[in-house]
Amino acid sequence: MAKGDPGGPTRGRRAAPRSRKATTGDPELVQLLTPEGERIESVTGPDGTEYRVDFTDEEYRGLYRDLVLVRKLDAEATALQRQGELGIWASLLGQEAAQVGSGRALRTQDMAFPTYREHGVLYCRGIDPIMPLGLFRGVDQGGWDPNEFKFNMYTIVIGAQTLHATGYAMGVAMDGKTGTDDGEAVIAYFGDGATSQGDVNEAFVWAGVFNSPLVFFCQNNQYAISEPLERQTRIPLYRRAAGFGFPGIRVDGNDVLATYAVTRHALDNARHGQGPSLIEAYTYRMGAHTTSDDPTRYRIASEVEAWQAKDPIARMKAFLDREKIADADFFTEVDEQARREAVDLRERVLAMPNPEPVTMFDHVYPNGSPLLDEQRAQFSRYFESFEGSAH
Amino acid sequence: MSRIKEFNLPDLGEGLTEGEILSWLVKVGDTIELNQPIVEVETAKAAVEIPAKWAGQVQAIFHPEGTTVEVGTPIIAIDTDPGAGPVESSTTGTPSAHLPTPSAASLAAVEVAPAEGAVEPGLIGGPAPGGRTAVLVGYGPRTTAAKRRPRKGSAPASATAAPPAAPAPVPVPVQAAPASPAVNGNGRVGGPILAKPPVRKLAKDLGVDLVTLTGSGPLGSITREDVQRAAAPGAAEPLTVAASATSAASFGTDREQRIPVKGVRKLTAENMSRSAFTAPHVTEFLTVDVTRAMKALDRLRERREWRDVRVSPLLLVAKAVLLAVRRHPMVNSTWAGDEIVVKEYVNLGIAAATERGLIVPNVKDAGRLTLRELAEALTGLVQTAKTGKTSPADMAGGTLTITNVGVFGVDTGTPILPPGESAILAFGAVREMPWVHKGKVKPRLVTTLGLSFDHRIIDGELGSKFLRDVGDFLTDPEAALLGWT
Repeated sequence: MAKGDPGGPTRGRRAAPRSRKATTGDPELVQLLTPEGERIESVTGPDGTEYRVDFTDEEYRGLYRDLVLVRKLDAEATALQRQGELGIWASLLGQEAAQVGSGRALRTQDMAFPTYREHGVLYCRGIDPIMPLGLFRGVDQGGWDPNEFKFNMYTIVIGAQTLHATGYAMGVAMDGKTGTDDGEAVIAYFGDGATSQGDVNEAFVWAGVFNSPLVFFCQNNQYAISEPLERQTRIPLYRRAAGFGFPGIRVDGNDVLATYAVTRHALDNARHGQGPSLIEAYTYRMGAHTTSDDPTRYRIASEVEAWQAKDPIARMKAFLDREKIADADFFTEVDEQARREAVDLRERVLAMPNPEPVTMFDHVYPNGSPLLDEQRAQFSRYFESFEGSAH
Repeated sequence: MSRIKEFNLPDLGEGLTEGEILSWLVKVGDTIELNQPIVEVETAKAAVEIPAKWAGQVQAIFHPEGTTVEVGTPIIAIDTDPGAGPVESSTTGTPSAHLPTPSAASLAAVEVAPAEGAVEPGLIGGPAPGGRTAVLVGYGPRTTAAKRRPRKGSAPASATAAPPAAPAPVPVPVQAAPASPAVNGNGRVGGPILAKPPVRKLAKDLGVDLVTLTGSGPLGSITREDVQRAAAPGAAEPLTVAASATSAASFGTDREQRIPVKGVRKLTAENMSRSAFTAPHVTEFLTVDVTRAMKALDRLRERREWRDVRVSPLLLVAKAVLLAVRRHPMVNSTWAGDEIVVKEYVNLGIAAATERGLIVPNVKDAGRLTLRELAEALTGLVQTAKTGKTSPADMAGGTLTITNVGVFGVDTGTPILPPGESAILAFGAVREMPWVHKGKVKPRLVTTLGLSFDHRIIDGELGSKFLRDVGDFLTDPEAALLGWT
């Protein structure tokens, strides 16, 4: 379902259309695709790094497909919550490019540490999108194997995964798995709100001091639930990195190409032993924080409309269309695939069996424990005491 | 599967119990698609649109706009196969055949508990006279009845409660049943019992039934103090034996009370059993005239430098024991299987009754202390014990113990040795008794000493001598001091 890594050596490299070798209007923001779908050939970052992507047409179309599928599956999950089939859902609406761009920049050996909103990254890692729905339906803990897919379990605690990622990255370095083109890198996802957490700042300190192969990928979606960015920070978030002794950069998080380029560069630095970096993907959470939240209570409609005009999928579609990389049939086919996958997702969610209550004891210890066995037996007896008990 | 499907209002947030229907986006007869927004609902957390769960034709809408609906209540019925002709009730085979009304079963499930008001004592739920509770966001969840499966073998109250109680199945707003207060056996008006979880646990531990209490906290909630008061009405007195803390507690219907054995009680029980069945105890008694000694204490209290020090009869007994140990060191020893460990130091234990139960802190190396230091140490020891702050170190390493049973007004007892010790002295009440003094019966201050000792180490002769010496000191402290030191 998930497509392969589009960032490898490319064949049939496409000449960048309507080349414009310049920085954008905002020198602090790396952008390769404008909201109108205009392609910028390359951008030179503040430190002199040149950011560019060289994708084949097929790869461009693949990225578009990813964006559409990820959005559709997310919308289906939101609907399922509204219909009482999921306990809660944290929608990624608006952040598809930040997740697909960074997710596709990962190489097979790279390890990712997500929050609970990284459904797009999860998809890019090749994990069945049904997996997180089990977690949010409350029937399992989200059952993918983090080692197999190199994608850790969703972390609900805000910012905690940055420490886990730091420890993991330190381990990678100690194992001597950095320093070559095939070195390993680690990426930690978090949001703007998490930057106010002690955990994230501690992770910055450790990763910086130990020169860990880690990319801190902050999706700045402007809101920590209801708290706006101006109450999180007095300076742009990416500039925080300087204080911890590693580079920080801001990228247009609604631009899948720029996000890919910047993340790929940061990961390559990490895998070559050049240490950590911070990417601030500047984006916007178009939906609610979670299905339990009502954003109309704390933000105005005009702000949402302004971001609507920067939609990550619309600009990609405009670009593909203008450059004749894709035609109407392609767009229809992608929409149809998205619809099919959404229906499939829905059917599989509705078919998820309710777990037996006693199974909650199953995954506490790999080899069991006498105390736990006793508790399990006790709980079974308690459960059995109810009428209509299946036990 | 029935082609007519009822959609129940889901929990749109986390733990919400109801929602208000703001507006219907579809009407009966409309053909709708999967995930098409059909209704806007406002909950305590958010106003949201609900997408259709099935494609089909709207068959019925159960609640008009502006009504508040409990989570789990059907709000709309959708014919998922409208092209298949008219719906026949016989083909559906479910209560939903009575469309356009919500199925009787689903209504009954929602309504049964509040309608009957048959809330068990102690169960959260039942009609709430107080109505809603303020919460962080919005207007908060409504107080609702607890819906849970009955336990096997429990009274079939729910069975009688169910179907007749269901209101007539008409498409009107389903509101909570009127708050008809149920009165239980204790005459208490039914409704939720307000108490924080730790308080509930405390009540459970102490065997207190929350239903029997009247809360003194905010909104009539039951506080920790309420529970403690109910558990031990006599606990206000500073000196109580541990057992009395629960002696007046309320009993269950079987007139039995079960107190979990734990903490100090458990430790005490273990120590006592171990000691009683490993060390062969002997107890001897001696009644002595302590009039002189009490007068000596009075004189001591009058001395300027002793003004700030608490001088008690216990101090004198402690001094007597310490001096007697010096004359009979074997008393201060431990049976260690193949050897006897005789100690030069005396860590003098004082059994103290505290609210947590019996504890025995000790004064370390008490034999080296001056009388004043000893007095201060004893005072500090008892104070610490009563405030419940005695540290494990204070209780460890005792070598010889005094138990002051006299404070409870009894004459003496046969104390059990603390594990590892070889002697324990019970100090009874000091009473004015008729006593032969200088050839005449006179009212004198008299007390009885009881000494238990480990007969493996201490023979009758040694134990008797030790007890006599303690008695001699208490009879005439000045003479004993002059004679022994």
